[in-house]
Amino acid sequence: MNSVESKPNVKFKSVIILSNAEISHNVFLLSFKRDFDFRAGQVLGLAMSSSDDARLYSIASGEKDDTIDILYNIKPGGKLTPNLAALQPDDTLWITVPFGSYAGSTEPAYWIAAGTGIAPFYSMFRSGMGGNKVLIHGSRTLDAFYFNDKLHSDFGSRYVRCCSQEDGEGVYHGRVTQYLENLDNLPEDQKYYLCGGAEMVVECREILLNKGIPFSHIVAEIYF
Amino acid sequence: MSFAQSIVPKQHLLGKTLTDLKLIAGKLELPAFVAAQIAYWLYKTNIQSYEEMTNISKKVRSLLAENYDLGIVAPVKVQQSTDGTKKYLFPVSSHKFIETAFIPDERRNTLCVSSQVGCKMGCLFCATGRQGFQAQLSAGQILNQLRSLPERAQITNIVFMGMGEPFDNAEEVMKAQEILTSDYGFELSVRKVTVSTIGIVPAMEVFLRESKCNLAVSMHSPFDEERRRFMPIQHVYPIKEVIETINRAELGKYRRVSIEYIVFGELNDTQKHVKELARLLNKTRCRINLIRFHPVPNVPLPPTNEERLLEFQRALIEKGIVTTIRASRGLDIDAACGLLSTKALIQQENRDF
Repeated sequence: MNSVESKPNVKFKSVIILSNAEISHNVFLLSFKRDFDFRAGQVLGLAMSSSDDARLYSIASGEKDDTIDILYNIKPGGKLTPNLAALQPDDTLWITVPFGSYAGSTEPAYWIAAGTGIAPFYSMFRSGMGGNKVLIHGSRTLDAFYFNDKLHSDFGSRYVRCCSQEDGEGVYHGRVTQYLENLDNLPEDQKYYLCGGAEMVVECREILLNKGIPFSHIVAEIYF
Repeated sequence: MSFAQSIVPKQHLLGKTLTDLKLIAGKLELPAFVAAQIAYWLYKTNIQSYEEMTNISKKVRSLLAENYDLGIVAPVKVQQSTDGTKKYLFPVSSHKFIETAFIPDERRNTLCVSSQVGCKMGCLFCATGRQGFQAQLSAGQILNQLRSLPERAQITNIVFMGMGEPFDNAEEVMKAQEILTSDYGFELSVRKVTVSTIGIVPAMEVFLRESKCNLAVSMHSPFDEERRRFMPIQHVYPIKEVIETINRAELGKYRRVSIEYIVFGELNDTQKHVKELARLLNKTRCRINLIRFHPVPNVPLPPTNEERLLEFQRALIEKGIVTTIRASRGLDIDAACGLLSTKALIQQENRDF
């Protein structure tokens, strides 16, 4: 989830940046100390000052981690992200309370993400919900499989990377939608969590519906 | 150096508020009254070129033309329904188009305008969402749908119910509604302009505070879990919070709030839904507008039948809620609610998967 303004009547509080590393071209992982509880899958509003409108981002760290991590990419001409990318350790950022009901569960499920849409699933994984999940991540380029090492070692064959523009070892060459199209015998009694842009979410949802998955088992989160 | 020598494409004058136009006049070192003159030609006439702005000197017109385009763009295609509804296709940039529906009836002539190219919201039942999101519209591109409409003079009502989520483009929509309802602009009554949202709460709060236009909220289910399945936005802005925001607002005497409710057969048209709607809207001065679902291919939601629809309406009225049924218009040209889409016309760009 990213973009749009904050929740209403939510007061900002300031946090001090611990790190803000470019982990891939134009994609950053920003961290600050966690001093509140949240549920994996929730979002935070971020702003450069308390008088700005906040933009919403999924938390990418675990519920018990020491830090809150935010995965974001720079949007050219964006109001927040170019400034966000310039933040250095010890700089101040303004955040809202965490909110949202896109929550994970411990039941078996498929997690299907595109681009930075991996963030809520990484949070769920860090929060101990990854053991019985299949994680399918789509991106255009190989360098956009964020958290690749940790996910690969933990999920093993349940971690599928789909790359539409580059070939890579152990990586499905094609869009995540193509990969889904070619999957047979998807369990109809499991939940399918989707996170990405509207087009990805809508296309994946349609494929799943065509494969007989009831729409009540498809849980979608969109970037907007 | 003139502004025109910049590599940035020229801005459009259409869509500028009077305040914006005064700033432009100042920047070009023109007298302030030129701003009102430009507004007059942009919003109260049908002129198509600077040459027709006859009360503005030739020198000033040249200066304006050097720095700004008017932003007036004719539709490239029109389809007409057997019921008189027309669907116009407007180009907004290369390979990007929007649709606008003109819906005439006996008492009013409504224009349904788009606020975005495509939509980011991904609602399960909507054709527009299936084309993804391509671009925000500027206030000028929103207003051009009225300005360049052949039936412009007949329009009595404007509804922001075309492609896109208006409050995901709040800044431009706010400008557009100001120009539509201002004395210097199109001079439509605020009671004749309705902005429809799925409930992006922060922008809705601003709208309720700063505009007097009518508000329509797409609800489609009063239940959290069910609405989440229909509309992913429910994860972030639950309908309960949307309604509470409306309840907190000063609505004034005349402002109308409608709850839009697409009826899916035997799914969201049960007695359970009637009870929950009555409970949820207990403190809200609003009406419910029931909408027949127009099936979209591969969408697993059933339309309701007329008997159930009327029964649902009757049950809601019995609970004291003013409930209407929206007439479906332009079905044969896919101009009805939820059917606008230019997917077939767009290039697939910027996918991140």
